[in-house]
Amino acid sequence: MGIAIRTDNLRKVYDSPPPSAARGGGFSFGPQRSGPKEKSKKKFEVVALDGITFEIHAGEIFGLLGPNGAGKSTTIGVLTTRTRPTQGRAFIGEFDVWQEQVKAKLLIGVVPQRPNLDFALTAREILLFHGAYFGQSARERARRSDELLEKFKLVDRADQNVRGFSGGMMQRLSIARAMMHDPQVLFLDEPSAGLDPQTRLLLWEIVRDYNRAGKTIVITTHYMDEADALCDRLAIIDHGRIIAQGSPRELKSSIPGGYLLRLKFDRLPGDLVADLQQLPGVTEVRGGDQPGADVYADRGGPLIGPIVNATQARGIELRDVSIAEPSLETLFLHHTGRSLRD
Amino acid sequence: MNWKTFYAMLQRDGHVARRNLLPMLLQNLLQPMLLTFVFGRVLTSSGMMKTEYKNILLPGIMAISMVLSGIQAVAMPLIAELQFTREIEDRLLAPMETHWLAIEKIVAGMIQALVSGLVVIPAAWLMLGSGVHMSFDNLGLFAVICLLVALLSGAGGLALGCSIGQTQIGLMFSLVVAPMMMFGCAYYPWSALRFIPVLQYAVLINPLVYASEGLRGSLMPEVPHIPGLLVVGALIVMDTALLILGLKKFQQKTVS
Repeated sequence: MGIAIRTDNLRKVYDSPPPSAARGGGFSFGPQRSGPKEKSKKKFEVVALDGITFEIHAGEIFGLLGPNGAGKSTTIGVLTTRTRPTQGRAFIGEFDVWQEQVKAKLLIGVVPQRPNLDFALTAREILLFHGAYFGQSARERARRSDELLEKFKLVDRADQNVRGFSGGMMQRLSIARAMMHDPQVLFLDEPSAGLDPQTRLLLWEIVRDYNRAGKTIVITTHYMDEADALCDRLAIIDHGRIIAQGSPRELKSSIPGGYLLRLKFDRLPGDLVADLQQLPGVTEVRGGDQPGADVYADRGGPLIGPIVNATQARGIELRDVSIAEPSLETLFLHHTGRSLRD
Repeated sequence: MNWKTFYAMLQRDGHVARRNLLPMLLQNLLQPMLLTFVFGRVLTSSGMMKTEYKNILLPGIMAISMVLSGIQAVAMPLIAELQFTREIEDRLLAPMETHWLAIEKIVAGMIQALVSGLVVIPAAWLMLGSGVHMSFDNLGLFAVICLLVALLSGAGGLALGCSIGQTQIGLMFSLVVAPMMMFGCAYYPWSALRFIPVLQYAVLINPLVYASEGLRGSLMPEVPHIPGLLVVGALIVMDTALLILGLKKFQQKTVS
Protein backbone atom coordinates (compact mmCIF):
# COMPACT_ATOMS: atom_id res chain seq x y z
CA MET A 1 0.00 0.00 0.00
CA GLY A 2 1.39 3.36 -0.96
CA ILE A 3 1.04 6.65 0.83
CA ALA A 4 -0.41 9.73 -0.79
CA ILE A 5 0.65 13.28 0.03
CA ARG A 6 -1.38 16.46 -0.04
CA THR A 7 -0.70 20.09 0.61
CA ASP A 8 -3.33 22.70 1.05
CA ASN A 9 -2.51 26.32 0.30
CA LEU A 10 0.92 26.28 1.92
CA ARG A 11 2.44 29.65 2.66
CA LYS A 12 5.78 30.30 4.23
CA VAL A 13 7.03 33.76 5.02
CA TYR A 14 10.42 34.10 6.64
CA ASP A 15 10.53 37.19 8.81
CA SER A 16 14.17 36.62 9.66
CA PRO A 17 16.88 34.93 7.62
CA PRO A 18 16.01 31.23 7.78
CA PRO A 19 18.18 29.37 10.32
CA SER A 20 19.89 27.17 7.81
CA ALA A 21 17.37 24.33 8.13
CA ALA A 22 16.14 23.35 4.71
CA ARG A 23 18.21 25.90 2.94
CA GLY A 24 21.57 25.47 4.61
CA GLY A 25 22.32 29.14 5.16
CA GLY A 26 24.61 30.73 7.71
CA PHE A 27 23.86 31.83 11.22
CA SER A 28 21.40 34.51 12.07
CA PHE A 29 23.81 37.07 13.37
CA GLY A 30 23.62 38.93 10.10
CA PRO A 31 22.97 42.64 9.90
CA GLN A 32 19.39 42.19 8.70
CA ARG A 33 18.24 41.25 12.13
CA SER A 34 19.46 44.23 14.08
CA GLY A 35 17.98 47.66 13.76
CA PRO A 36 15.65 48.50 16.62
CA LYS A 37 16.41 52.12 15.78
CA GLU A 38 14.57 51.84 12.49
CA LYS A 39 11.38 50.33 13.79
CA SER A 40 9.22 52.06 11.25
CA LYS A 41 11.19 50.49 8.42
CA LYS A 42 9.78 47.30 6.95
CA LYS A 43 11.44 44.31 8.54
CA PHE A 44 13.13 41.45 6.73
CA GLU A 45 10.53 39.39 4.92
CA VAL A 46 10.86 36.71 2.31
CA VAL A 47 7.87 34.90 0.86
CA ALA A 48 9.22 31.43 0.17
CA LEU A 49 5.90 29.70 -0.51
CA ASP A 50 2.88 31.54 -1.78
CA GLY A 51 -0.08 29.17 -1.74
CA ILE A 52 1.26 25.79 -2.78
CA THR A 53 -1.48 23.21 -3.31
CA PHE A 54 -0.86 19.83 -4.85
CA GLU A 55 -1.65 16.19 -4.47
CA ILE A 56 0.79 13.35 -4.89
CA HIS A 57 -0.78 9.98 -5.57
CA ALA A 58 0.27 6.87 -3.71
CA GLY A 59 3.10 5.06 -5.43
CA GLU A 60 4.06 7.68 -7.97
CA ILE A 61 7.27 9.54 -8.62
CA PHE A 62 6.45 13.19 -8.25
CA GLY A 63 8.81 15.94 -9.26
CA LEU A 64 9.11 19.51 -8.06
CA LEU A 65 10.85 21.40 -10.78
CA GLY A 66 12.06 24.95 -10.70
CA PRO A 67 15.08 27.22 -10.59
CA ASN A 68 17.16 27.82 -7.46
CA GLY A 69 15.22 29.67 -4.80
CA ALA A 70 11.83 28.80 -6.27
CA GLY A 71 10.60 27.20 -3.04
CA LYS A 72 11.28 23.52 -3.75
CA SER A 73 13.36 22.88 -0.64
CA THR A 74 11.00 24.85 1.56
CA THR A 75 8.13 22.69 0.30
CA ILE A 76 10.15 19.58 1.15
CA GLY A 77 11.00 21.18 4.52
CA VAL A 78 7.32 21.59 5.35
CA LEU A 79 6.46 18.06 4.26
CA THR A 80 9.29 16.59 6.33
CA THR A 81 8.52 18.50 9.58
CA ARG A 82 11.60 20.69 9.29
CA THR A 83 9.89 23.93 8.31
CA ARG A 84 6.77 25.27 9.99
CA PRO A 85 4.37 26.74 7.42
CA THR A 86 3.04 30.23 8.09
CA GLN A 87 -0.29 29.09 6.76
CA GLY A 88 -1.86 26.02 5.18
CA ARG A 89 -1.60 22.33 5.90
CA ALA A 90 0.35 19.36 4.65
CA PHE A 91 -0.54 15.68 4.92
CA ILE A 92 1.54 12.54 4.64
CA GLY A 93 -1.06 9.83 4.18
CA GLU A 94 -3.74 10.64 6.71
CA PHE A 95 -1.44 12.47 9.11
CA ASP A 96 -1.24 16.22 9.31
CA VAL A 97 2.52 16.81 9.30
CA TRP A 98 2.29 19.49 12.00
CA GLN A 99 -0.31 17.84 14.19
CA GLU A 100 1.06 14.31 14.16
CA GLN A 101 4.74 14.79 13.52
CA VAL A 102 5.95 11.50 14.90
CA LYS A 103 3.52 9.42 12.86
CA ALA A 104 4.44 11.37 9.74
CA LYS A 105 8.15 10.95 10.45
CA LEU A 106 7.73 7.18 10.68
CA LEU A 107 6.51 7.12 7.09
CA ILE A 108 9.18 9.23 5.46
CA GLY A 109 12.83 9.02 4.50
CA VAL A 110 14.67 12.17 3.51
CA VAL A 111 17.72 12.72 1.34
CA PRO A 112 18.77 16.32 1.95
CA GLN A 113 20.16 18.71 -0.60
CA ARG A 114 23.52 18.68 1.13
CA PRO A 115 24.74 15.57 2.93
CA ASN A 116 24.14 15.99 6.67
CA LEU A 117 25.83 12.81 7.82
CA ASP A 118 26.73 12.27 11.45
CA PHE A 119 30.44 13.06 11.26
CA ALA A 120 31.19 11.41 14.58
CA LEU A 121 30.38 7.96 13.16
CA THR A 122 31.50 5.52 10.49
CA ALA A 123 29.36 4.73 7.47
CA ARG A 124 28.11 1.48 8.94
CA GLU A 125 27.38 3.07 12.33
CA ILE A 126 25.37 5.80 10.64
CA LEU A 127 23.10 3.16 9.13
CA LEU A 128 22.96 1.07 12.32
CA PHE A 129 22.07 4.01 14.55
CA HIS A 130 19.57 5.29 12.04
CA GLY A 131 17.88 1.90 12.13
CA ALA A 132 17.94 1.99 15.93
CA TYR A 133 16.26 5.42 15.98
CA PHE A 134 13.46 3.82 13.99
CA GLY A 135 13.20 0.94 16.40
CA GLN A 136 14.66 -1.82 14.24
CA SER A 137 15.99 -4.89 16.01
CA ALA A 138 19.75 -5.46 16.12
CA ARG A 139 19.52 -8.33 13.66
CA GLU A 140 17.35 -6.42 11.21
CA ARG A 141 19.68 -3.43 11.42
CA ALA A 142 22.74 -5.52 10.67
CA ARG A 143 21.09 -7.27 7.73
CA ARG A 144 19.68 -4.12 6.20
CA SER A 145 22.89 -2.10 6.60
CA ASP A 146 24.94 -4.86 4.94
CA GLU A 147 22.46 -4.93 2.08
CA LEU A 148 22.52 -1.19 1.57
CA LEU A 149 26.29 -0.85 1.85
CA GLU A 150 26.54 -3.50 -0.84
CA LYS A 151 23.92 -1.87 -3.04
CA PHE A 152 25.51 1.56 -2.81
CA LYS A 153 29.04 0.22 -3.28
CA LEU A 154 30.30 1.41 0.08
CA VAL A 155 31.43 -1.92 1.52
CA ASP A 156 35.17 -1.26 1.44
CA ARG A 157 34.79 2.07 3.25
CA ALA A 158 32.02 0.92 5.59
CA ASP A 159 34.07 1.10 8.76
CA GLN A 160 35.77 4.40 8.13
CA ASN A 161 34.71 7.73 9.51
CA VAL A 162 32.65 9.57 6.89
CA ARG A 163 34.65 12.76 7.27
CA GLY A 164 37.04 11.53 4.59
CA PHE A 165 34.34 10.55 2.10
CA SER A 166 34.04 12.19 -1.30
CA GLY A 167 30.91 14.16 -2.15
CA GLY A 168 29.50 11.32 -4.23
CA MET A 169 30.07 8.78 -1.48
CA MET A 170 28.38 11.01 1.07
CA GLN A 171 25.45 11.41 -1.25
CA ARG A 172 25.18 7.65 -1.75
CA LEU A 173 25.33 7.09 1.99
CA SER A 174 22.65 9.75 2.54
CA ILE A 175 20.35 7.86 0.21
CA ALA A 176 21.17 4.53 1.84
CA ARG A 177 20.41 6.06 5.23
CA ALA A 178 17.06 7.40 4.02
CA MET A 179 16.15 3.90 2.82
CA MET A 180 17.40 2.18 5.95
CA HIS A 181 14.03 2.10 7.71
CA ASP A 182 12.22 1.22 4.48
CA PRO A 183 10.01 4.33 4.46
CA GLN A 184 6.77 4.46 2.50
CA VAL A 185 7.68 7.88 1.12
CA LEU A 186 11.13 8.92 -0.01
CA PHE A 187 12.01 12.59 -0.39
CA LEU A 188 15.04 13.45 -2.50
CA ASP A 189 16.06 17.09 -2.55
CA GLU A 190 18.22 17.75 -5.62
CA PRO A 191 19.70 14.27 -5.41
CA SER A 192 21.84 14.42 -8.50
CA ALA A 193 23.47 17.79 -7.94
CA GLY A 194 27.19 17.15 -7.97
CA LEU A 195 26.99 13.53 -9.07
CA ASP A 196 28.92 12.26 -12.07
CA PRO A 197 26.80 10.97 -14.98
CA GLN A 198 27.42 7.34 -14.09
CA THR A 199 26.37 7.72 -10.47
CA ARG A 200 23.40 9.73 -11.63
CA LEU A 201 22.19 6.82 -13.74
CA LEU A 202 22.73 4.50 -10.78
CA LEU A 203 20.66 6.86 -8.67
CA TRP A 204 17.82 6.89 -11.21
CA GLU A 205 17.85 3.12 -11.32
CA ILE A 206 17.70 2.90 -7.54
CA VAL A 207 14.86 5.41 -7.38
CA ARG A 208 12.87 3.52 -10.02
CA ASP A 209 13.57 0.27 -8.20
CA TYR A 210 12.34 1.66 -4.92
CA ASN A 211 9.27 3.04 -6.62
CA ARG A 212 8.48 -0.38 -8.13
CA ALA A 213 8.12 -1.66 -4.58
CA GLY A 214 5.07 0.59 -4.29
CA LYS A 215 6.74 3.53 -2.56
CA THR A 216 5.92 7.15 -3.20
CA ILE A 217 8.85 9.27 -4.30
CA VAL A 218 9.11 13.04 -4.18
CA ILE A 219 12.06 14.52 -5.96
CA THR A 220 13.16 18.11 -6.53
CA THR A 221 15.39 19.02 -9.39
CA HIS A 222 16.29 21.79 -11.72
CA TYR A 223 17.36 19.36 -14.42
CA MET A 224 14.72 19.04 -17.11
CA ASP A 225 15.98 15.72 -18.36
CA GLU A 226 15.89 14.23 -14.89
CA ALA A 227 12.30 15.33 -14.32
CA ASP A 228 11.37 14.10 -17.77
CA ALA A 229 13.04 10.72 -17.41
CA LEU A 230 12.04 9.94 -13.86
CA CYS A 231 8.75 11.54 -12.90
CA ASP A 232 5.19 10.32 -13.40
CA ARG A 233 3.90 13.78 -12.61
CA LEU A 234 5.45 17.17 -12.06
CA ALA A 235 4.75 20.51 -10.51
CA ILE A 236 6.69 23.43 -11.85
CA ILE A 237 7.42 25.98 -9.14
CA ASP A 238 8.60 29.53 -9.49
CA HIS A 239 8.67 32.28 -6.86
CA GLY A 240 6.80 30.08 -4.38
CA ARG A 241 3.90 29.38 -6.73
CA ILE A 242 2.98 26.39 -8.82
CA ILE A 243 2.84 27.54 -12.39
CA ALA A 244 1.92 24.24 -13.98
CA GLN A 245 1.38 20.61 -13.01
CA GLY A 246 0.68 17.31 -14.73
CA SER A 247 2.57 14.46 -16.37
CA PRO A 248 5.64 15.47 -18.38
CA ARG A 249 3.75 14.58 -21.56
CA GLU A 250 0.67 16.60 -20.59
CA LEU A 251 2.77 19.54 -19.63
CA LYS A 252 4.71 19.47 -22.84
CA SER A 253 1.62 19.17 -25.01
CA SER A 254 0.16 22.18 -23.22
CA ILE A 255 2.65 24.43 -24.98
CA PRO A 256 0.84 26.02 -27.94
CA GLY A 257 2.66 25.22 -31.11
CA GLY A 258 5.29 23.52 -29.07
CA TYR A 259 6.68 21.35 -31.88
CA LEU A 260 9.43 22.50 -34.12
CA LEU A 261 9.92 20.80 -37.53
CA ARG A 262 13.18 21.68 -39.25
CA LEU A 263 13.03 21.04 -42.97
CA LYS A 264 15.79 20.95 -45.55
CA PHE A 265 15.23 21.29 -49.30
CA ASP A 266 17.35 21.07 -52.42
CA ARG A 267 16.83 24.77 -53.19
CA LEU A 268 15.35 27.96 -51.74
CA PRO A 269 11.66 27.40 -50.89
CA GLY A 270 10.27 30.67 -52.30
CA ASP A 271 6.46 30.47 -52.42
CA LEU A 272 6.47 27.17 -50.53
CA VAL A 273 6.73 29.13 -47.26
CA ALA A 274 3.27 30.59 -47.84
CA ASP A 275 1.90 27.12 -48.68
CA LEU A 276 3.32 25.66 -45.48
CA GLN A 277 1.74 28.49 -43.51
CA GLN A 278 -1.68 27.26 -44.65
CA LEU A 279 -1.22 23.72 -43.31
CA PRO A 280 -3.38 22.73 -40.33
CA GLY A 281 -1.84 23.40 -36.90
CA VAL A 282 1.02 25.52 -38.16
CA THR A 283 1.58 28.69 -36.17
CA GLU A 284 4.66 30.07 -37.81
CA VAL A 285 7.06 29.32 -40.69
CA ARG A 286 10.47 30.85 -40.97
CA GLY A 287 12.10 30.65 -44.37
CA GLY A 288 15.30 32.58 -44.60
CA ASP A 289 18.26 32.41 -46.97
CA GLN A 290 18.97 28.72 -46.42
CA PRO A 291 17.37 26.05 -48.60
CA GLY A 292 15.17 25.04 -45.69
CA ALA A 293 12.43 26.17 -43.27
CA ASP A 294 11.55 26.05 -39.58
CA VAL A 295 7.92 25.15 -39.01
CA TYR A 296 6.40 25.80 -35.59
CA ALA A 297 3.24 23.79 -35.10
CA ASP A 298 1.04 22.16 -32.53
CA ARG A 299 1.80 18.71 -33.88
CA GLY A 300 4.84 16.86 -35.10
CA GLY A 301 4.55 13.58 -37.05
CA PRO A 302 1.05 14.15 -38.47
CA LEU A 303 2.32 17.18 -40.37
CA ILE A 304 4.91 15.28 -42.38
CA GLY A 305 2.42 13.95 -44.96
CA PRO A 306 0.98 17.38 -45.81
CA ILE A 307 4.49 18.89 -45.89
CA VAL A 308 5.66 16.25 -48.38
CA ASN A 309 2.61 16.88 -50.57
CA ALA A 310 3.14 20.64 -50.49
CA THR A 311 6.82 20.39 -51.42
CA GLN A 312 6.10 17.96 -54.26
CA ALA A 313 3.40 20.25 -55.63
CA ARG A 314 6.02 22.99 -55.92
CA GLY A 315 8.55 20.61 -57.43
CA ILE A 316 10.92 20.97 -54.51
CA GLU A 317 12.77 17.99 -53.11
CA LEU A 318 12.57 17.44 -49.34
CA ARG A 319 16.02 16.36 -48.15
CA ASP A 320 15.66 16.16 -44.38
CA VAL A 321 13.08 16.53 -41.59
CA SER A 322 13.78 16.66 -37.89
CA ILE A 323 11.11 17.02 -35.23
CA ALA A 324 11.97 18.68 -31.91
CA GLU A 325 9.42 17.63 -29.28
CA PRO A 326 8.28 20.21 -26.82
CA SER A 327 10.61 20.07 -23.80
CA LEU A 328 10.11 21.14 -20.23
CA GLU A 329 12.66 23.80 -20.94
CA THR A 330 10.34 25.32 -23.55
CA LEU A 331 7.47 24.91 -21.12
CA PHE A 332 9.23 26.81 -18.36
CA LEU A 333 10.15 29.47 -20.86
CA HIS A 334 6.57 29.64 -22.02
CA HIS A 335 5.17 30.07 -18.49
CA THR A 336 7.74 32.40 -17.00
CA GLY A 337 9.35 34.06 -19.96
CA ARG A 338 12.66 33.02 -18.43
CA SER A 339 14.94 30.10 -19.06
CA LEU A 340 15.42 27.63 -16.20
CA ARG A 341 19.08 28.55 -15.98
CA ASP A 342 18.40 32.25 -15.46
CA MET B 1 6.97 9.34 23.61
CA ASN B 2 9.20 6.92 21.79
CA TRP B 3 11.61 5.47 24.37
CA LYS B 4 13.32 3.19 21.89
CA THR B 5 14.39 6.19 19.85
CA PHE B 6 15.41 8.11 22.96
CA TYR B 7 17.50 5.21 24.19
CA ALA B 8 19.11 4.70 20.77
CA MET B 9 20.19 8.34 20.74
CA LEU B 10 21.58 8.05 24.23
CA GLN B 11 23.52 5.03 23.03
CA ARG B 12 24.83 7.01 20.10
CA ASP B 13 26.09 9.78 22.39
CA GLY B 14 27.60 7.19 24.73
CA HIS B 15 29.30 5.50 21.80
CA VAL B 16 30.83 8.77 20.60
CA ALA B 17 31.83 9.77 24.15
CA ARG B 18 33.54 6.42 24.77
CA ARG B 19 35.46 6.78 21.54
CA ASN B 20 36.72 10.19 22.69
CA LEU B 21 37.16 9.18 26.31
CA LEU B 22 40.80 10.08 26.84
CA PRO B 23 40.80 13.46 25.10
CA MET B 24 37.53 14.24 26.82
CA LEU B 25 38.87 13.42 30.28
CA LEU B 26 42.02 15.43 29.63
CA GLN B 27 39.99 18.34 28.36
CA ASN B 28 37.69 18.38 31.35
CA LEU B 29 39.96 17.33 34.16
CA LEU B 30 43.50 18.40 33.42
CA GLN B 31 43.00 22.07 34.18
CA PRO B 32 41.17 21.55 37.49
CA MET B 33 43.75 18.96 38.51
CA LEU B 34 46.61 21.33 37.81
CA LEU B 35 44.86 24.00 39.84
CA THR B 36 44.32 21.51 42.62
CA PHE B 37 47.98 20.63 42.60
CA VAL B 38 49.25 24.22 42.61
CA PHE B 39 46.80 25.64 45.15
CA GLY B 40 46.18 22.55 47.22
CA ARG B 41 49.60 20.99 47.28
CA VAL B 42 52.34 23.47 46.36
CA LEU B 43 50.95 26.49 48.20
CA THR B 44 49.81 24.56 51.27
CA SER B 45 52.92 22.47 51.74
CA SER B 46 55.12 25.56 51.34
CA GLY B 47 53.15 27.17 54.15
CA MET B 48 51.82 30.04 52.02
CA MET B 49 48.29 28.68 52.54
CA LYS B 50 46.81 26.94 55.54
CA THR B 51 46.27 23.19 55.30
CA GLU B 52 42.54 23.74 55.83
CA TYR B 53 42.40 25.37 52.43
CA LYS B 54 42.43 21.88 50.90
CA ASN B 55 38.97 21.30 52.34
CA ILE B 56 37.67 24.47 50.75
CA LEU B 57 39.26 23.70 47.40
CA LEU B 58 38.17 20.11 46.78
CA PRO B 59 34.37 20.66 46.58
CA GLY B 60 34.97 23.73 44.42
CA ILE B 61 37.12 21.75 41.99
CA MET B 62 34.45 19.11 41.85
CA ALA B 63 31.80 21.74 41.06
CA ILE B 64 33.94 23.25 38.31
CA SER B 65 34.64 19.86 36.76
CA MET B 66 30.98 18.87 36.76
CA VAL B 67 29.70 22.14 35.36
CA LEU B 68 32.41 22.41 32.72
CA SER B 69 32.19 18.84 31.50
CA GLY B 70 28.42 18.94 31.21
CA ILE B 71 28.52 22.21 29.31
CA GLN B 72 31.24 20.89 27.04
CA ALA B 73 29.50 17.58 26.48
CA VAL B 74 26.30 19.29 25.37
CA ALA B 75 27.28 22.65 23.94
CA MET B 76 30.33 21.76 21.86
CA PRO B 77 28.83 18.94 19.78
CA LEU B 78 25.58 20.87 19.49
CA ILE B 79 27.33 23.93 18.08
CA ALA B 80 28.98 21.73 15.47
CA GLU B 81 25.82 19.79 14.67
CA LEU B 82 23.71 22.90 14.25
CA GLN B 83 26.24 24.42 11.86
CA PHE B 84 25.65 24.50 8.14
CA THR B 85 26.45 20.79 7.91
CA ARG B 86 23.25 20.14 9.87
CA GLU B 87 24.53 16.85 11.24
CA ILE B 88 21.70 16.84 13.73
CA GLU B 89 19.06 16.59 11.01
CA ASP B 90 19.21 12.80 11.03
CA ARG B 91 18.08 12.76 14.64
CA LEU B 92 15.54 15.51 14.10
CA LEU B 93 13.89 13.26 11.52
CA ALA B 94 13.78 10.31 13.90
CA PRO B 95 10.30 9.36 15.10
CA MET B 96 10.29 11.41 18.30
CA GLU B 97 9.17 14.96 19.14
CA THR B 98 12.00 17.43 18.66
CA HIS B 99 12.17 18.59 22.27
CA TRP B 100 12.92 15.03 23.39
CA LEU B 101 16.12 15.19 21.40
CA ALA B 102 17.08 18.25 23.44
CA ILE B 103 16.23 16.38 26.63
CA GLU B 104 18.31 13.43 25.46
CA LYS B 105 21.25 15.79 24.98
CA ILE B 106 20.78 17.07 28.53
CA VAL B 107 20.63 13.55 29.96
CA ALA B 108 23.83 12.61 28.10
CA GLY B 109 25.47 15.77 29.48
CA MET B 110 24.28 14.95 32.99
CA ILE B 111 25.81 11.51 32.83
CA GLN B 112 29.15 12.95 31.73
CA ALA B 113 28.98 15.62 34.43
CA LEU B 114 28.32 13.02 37.12
CA VAL B 115 31.15 10.81 35.89
CA SER B 116 33.56 13.77 35.89
CA GLY B 117 32.45 14.85 39.34
CA LEU B 118 32.91 11.41 40.80
CA VAL B 119 36.31 10.97 39.15
CA VAL B 120 37.49 14.22 40.73
CA ILE B 121 37.03 13.04 44.30
CA PRO B 122 39.65 10.25 44.33
CA ALA B 123 41.92 12.10 41.90
CA ALA B 124 41.97 15.29 43.93
CA TRP B 125 42.31 13.37 47.14
CA LEU B 126 45.46 11.74 45.81
CA MET B 127 46.82 15.02 44.60
CA LEU B 128 46.11 16.96 47.75
CA GLY B 129 47.85 14.49 50.05
CA SER B 130 47.07 14.38 53.74
CA GLY B 131 44.82 16.79 55.58
CA VAL B 132 41.57 16.39 53.60
CA HIS B 133 38.56 15.69 55.76
CA MET B 134 35.51 14.66 53.78
CA SER B 135 32.31 13.68 55.49
CA PHE B 136 29.78 11.41 53.88
CA ASP B 137 27.16 11.89 56.58
CA ASN B 138 24.93 13.96 54.33
CA LEU B 139 24.91 11.46 51.48
CA GLY B 140 21.27 12.20 50.62
CA LEU B 141 21.85 15.92 50.30
CA PHE B 142 25.09 15.26 48.44
CA ALA B 143 23.28 13.06 45.89
CA VAL B 144 20.49 15.62 45.37
CA ILE B 145 22.99 18.43 44.88
CA CYS B 146 25.05 16.33 42.47
CA LEU B 147 21.97 15.63 40.35
CA LEU B 148 20.90 19.27 40.37
CA VAL B 149 24.40 20.41 39.43
CA ALA B 150 24.50 17.84 36.62
CA LEU B 151 21.16 19.10 35.33
CA LEU B 152 22.47 22.64 35.61
CA SER B 153 25.44 21.83 33.41
CA GLY B 154 23.37 19.86 30.89
CA ALA B 155 20.65 22.49 30.56
CA GLY B 156 23.25 25.27 30.58
CA GLY B 157 25.11 23.47 27.81
CA LEU B 158 21.91 23.26 25.77
CA ALA B 159 21.15 26.95 26.21
CA LEU B 160 24.72 27.97 25.37
CA GLY B 161 25.04 25.53 22.48
CA CYS B 162 21.89 26.88 20.86
CA SER B 163 22.84 30.51 21.40
CA ILE B 164 26.25 30.80 19.85
CA GLY B 165 27.94 29.92 16.58
CA GLN B 166 31.18 28.12 15.91
CA THR B 167 33.11 31.35 15.53
CA GLN B 168 32.09 32.52 18.99
CA ILE B 169 33.34 29.52 20.96
CA GLY B 170 36.50 31.36 22.04
CA LEU B 171 34.39 34.30 23.11
CA MET B 172 32.14 32.01 25.10
CA PHE B 173 35.10 30.74 27.10
CA SER B 174 36.57 34.14 27.87
CA LEU B 175 33.26 35.91 28.37
CA VAL B 176 31.11 33.29 30.07
CA VAL B 177 33.15 30.36 31.32
CA ALA B 178 36.20 32.15 32.72
CA PRO B 179 34.32 34.71 34.88
CA MET B 180 31.95 31.97 35.94
CA MET B 181 34.88 29.93 37.24
CA MET B 182 36.58 32.86 38.95
CA PHE B 183 33.44 34.18 40.62
CA GLY B 184 31.93 30.77 41.25
CA CYS B 185 33.13 30.44 44.84
CA ALA B 186 35.10 27.39 43.77
CA TYR B 187 38.45 28.57 45.09
CA TYR B 188 37.05 30.34 48.15
CA PRO B 189 33.86 30.07 50.17
CA TRP B 190 31.07 32.56 49.53
CA SER B 191 31.58 34.00 53.00
CA ALA B 192 35.08 35.10 51.96
CA LEU B 193 33.46 37.73 49.76
CA ARG B 194 31.85 39.50 52.71
CA PHE B 195 34.48 42.21 52.57
CA ILE B 196 33.26 43.21 49.11
CA PRO B 197 29.49 43.20 49.70
CA VAL B 198 28.57 44.33 46.18
CA LEU B 199 30.46 41.44 44.70
CA GLN B 200 29.12 39.04 47.28
CA TYR B 201 25.56 39.68 46.10
CA ALA B 202 26.46 40.08 42.44
CA VAL B 203 27.95 36.59 42.25
CA LEU B 204 24.63 35.11 43.33
CA ILE B 205 23.50 35.15 39.70
CA ASN B 206 26.34 32.74 38.96
CA PRO B 207 25.00 29.18 39.13
CA LEU B 208 28.45 27.81 39.90
CA VAL B 209 28.24 29.54 43.31
CA TYR B 210 25.43 27.22 44.36
CA ALA B 211 27.20 24.19 42.93
CA SER B 212 30.39 24.96 44.89
CA GLU B 213 28.64 25.97 48.08
CA GLY B 214 26.23 23.04 47.93
CA LEU B 215 28.96 20.46 47.46
CA ARG B 216 31.06 22.19 50.11
CA GLY B 217 28.21 22.13 52.58
CA SER B 218 27.40 18.48 52.00
CA LEU B 219 30.99 17.17 51.89
CA MET B 220 32.67 19.48 54.40
CA PRO B 221 30.00 20.81 56.71
CA GLU B 222 32.54 22.39 59.06
CA VAL B 223 33.58 24.94 56.39
CA PRO B 224 31.27 28.01 56.33
CA HIS B 225 28.75 27.70 53.50
CA ILE B 226 25.32 28.77 52.24
CA PRO B 227 22.66 26.59 53.90
CA GLY B 228 21.79 23.41 52.00
CA LEU B 229 18.10 24.13 51.57
CA LEU B 230 18.78 27.55 50.09
CA VAL B 231 21.27 26.00 47.69
CA VAL B 232 18.79 23.33 46.61
CA GLY B 233 16.10 25.96 46.08
CA ALA B 234 18.38 28.20 44.05
CA LEU B 235 19.60 25.28 41.95
CA ILE B 236 16.03 24.22 41.20
CA VAL B 237 15.16 27.74 40.07
CA MET B 238 18.28 28.02 37.89
CA ASP B 239 17.83 24.54 36.43
CA THR B 240 14.24 25.31 35.49
CA ALA B 241 15.13 28.64 33.93
CA LEU B 242 17.99 27.18 31.89
CA LEU B 243 15.88 24.22 30.85
CA ILE B 244 13.07 26.42 29.56
CA LEU B 245 15.51 28.75 27.83
CA GLY B 246 17.46 25.86 26.32
CA LEU B 247 14.38 24.07 24.99
CA LYS B 248 13.05 27.28 23.49
CA LYS B 249 16.34 28.08 21.81
CA PHE B 250 16.65 24.53 20.55
CA GLN B 251 13.22 24.71 18.95
CA GLN B 252 14.13 28.00 17.30
CA LYS B 253 17.38 26.61 15.97
CA THR B 254 16.00 23.39 14.61
CA VAL B 255 12.67 24.36 13.06
CA SER B 256 12.61 27.12 10.52
